[in-house]
Amino acid sequence: MTQLALVIDLNVCVGCHACVTSCKEWNTSGWAGPMTDQRPYDADPTGTFFNRVQTFEVGEYPNTETVHFPKSCLHCEEPPCVPVCPTGASYKRKDNGVVLVDYDKCIGCKYCSWACPYGVRELDEMQKVMKKCTLCIDRITDESKPESERKPACVLACPTSARLFGDVHDPDSEASVAIRERGGYQLMPEWGTEPANHYLPRRKTRIQIFEDELIRADNPLDKEHPLPAATGDTLDDVSF
Amino acid sequence: MHPAFSVIFLTTLIGAAQGMFMALVTGQVYSMANLLEPQDSVSFYAAGSLIALALLGGGLVAAVFHLGKPSYFFTRAWRGITQWRTSWLSRELIALPVFMLLVALYGGAHYLGWTSPFFTIKGVIPIDPSLVIGVIGVLMAIVLYVCTAMIYASLRFLQEWHSPLTVINFILFGLASGFTLTAAFSAWQGVDLVGFYGTWAVVFTILAAITRGFSMLRNSRIKHKSSMRTALGIRHNKITQRSMGFMGGSFNTREYFHGKSDATLEVVRLFFLLMVFAVPVLLLAASNALESANLPMLAFAAQYIGLVAERWYFFAEAKHPQNLYYQTVG
Repeated sequence: MTQLALVIDLNVCVGCHACVTSCKEWNTSGWAGPMTDQRPYDADPTGTFFNRVQTFEVGEYPNTETVHFPKSCLHCEEPPCVPVCPTGASYKRKDNGVVLVDYDKCIGCKYCSWACPYGVRELDEMQKVMKKCTLCIDRITDESKPESERKPACVLACPTSARLFGDVHDPDSEASVAIRERGGYQLMPEWGTEPANHYLPRRKTRIQIFEDELIRADNPLDKEHPLPAATGDTLDDVSF
Repeated sequence: MHPAFSVIFLTTLIGAAQGMFMALVTGQVYSMANLLEPQDSVSFYAAGSLIALALLGGGLVAAVFHLGKPSYFFTRAWRGITQWRTSWLSRELIALPVFMLLVALYGGAHYLGWTSPFFTIKGVIPIDPSLVIGVIGVLMAIVLYVCTAMIYASLRFLQEWHSPLTVINFILFGLASGFTLTAAFSAWQGVDLVGFYGTWAVVFTILAAITRGFSMLRNSRIKHKSSMRTALGIRHNKITQRSMGFMGGSFNTREYFHGKSDATLEVVRLFFLLMVFAVPVLLLAASNALESANLPMLAFAAQYIGLVAERWYFFAEAKHPQNLYYQTVG
């Protein structure tokens, strides 16, 4: 069994929204498109997006930390949005675990979006069907592309490589190794949805050093405590 | 959640229709057991079934407007019956037309006079086609109540809905409004069943008040499992959103927020408590004392308006966990 997923490293995400724009660019004109906008240059603009980057502040000033948080469909292994669909439009692909919507079967009842605790499904205002992240299914399965390009648009766009893509069921994939070795976790584990996408936590690298280790006791260049002045004969004074 | 009027009208209209159908069949069963006067097939049972059918049709029209585009009703909605193994919504989409068919058959059987018994049990209880259709219809009405309510009760992370009380409330509200409507219908037809249906309507209304009271109590004390901590996976008690990623609206900001103040919610709650429970009970009691034909109709009108408010509140009081991600524009 293959379960394709993203692993998002919060430690290196800088919140640039490159994944958001590349996602929209690729998908609006691809298999999953269009991702329509309403009133894009007017007051109160809105539109369909599969991916967002949100920003959170953790802690209280001045001890705060800014966390940029990319958010898209997590391609749950137990997707609550799939069994509730009355028409079978919402489905999880057997071969690679990607959760998709068949726009030709969707009746736009929005029930699947109610059943998703993460809020990652959006009803397209023009086409009136439910849309969501496809992991760029038309790209990752396109065998005419070289292997290096068979990745979601957001992964290729990320300037800091905060997004890893791979099979989380393969223990040796880059994604699985990252989850295992760098503390990857799932969102809202309390609902048993088993999201395939994982997040890597923010990390601080600190060296452990003690105060007395910063002061060298036998510093020869120490100006505050000059070496005792020579008294009496030195070796140089000894004459033959 | 953002209250959707299409669903509010769907659930309240078909709830009352199911209740009315059950009231009609109850009346027929009682009269067969010689506990009530037998009623005219055409002017009571057939006409009553027609009213129930009209309400069901109204509910169906409201449901069509819940679809992305109403045209999907003709082009795609048939697919809605395919996923009955897993989806309560799909089950409802099967149960509703089946129930409508049974109501139509029941009314038709009475209209065409298919009321001569096939056989008689122990020489007392005559079994005729209309009764058989009626009993199957009552079972289908209960199935439909459960399907409708389970659409909401099955969503485990909408904790306000995820309770058996949701199903019980939907059934009792439907029965209360349906029996009130049948009392009003009896009064309008000049049939001497206003007291019978009115009494049952009051009983169901009081039971509904108790169970809805329990669910409001439960929801006021509810402890939500999801928090900013689990939503982001960051172990800190103080996490503030600085940006939701966009400044215009999105589906996420429209669909899951009712956008009304707590004060408005409280007003709606008081309004529905008054209109669903207090006013109809008082009006039905008064109609019993005054033998007025208009008061039961007024009671149903008040209760129906109240139920629309109740269903609105039912949506508004449910807090979707996705809202954790959409708290600050910026």
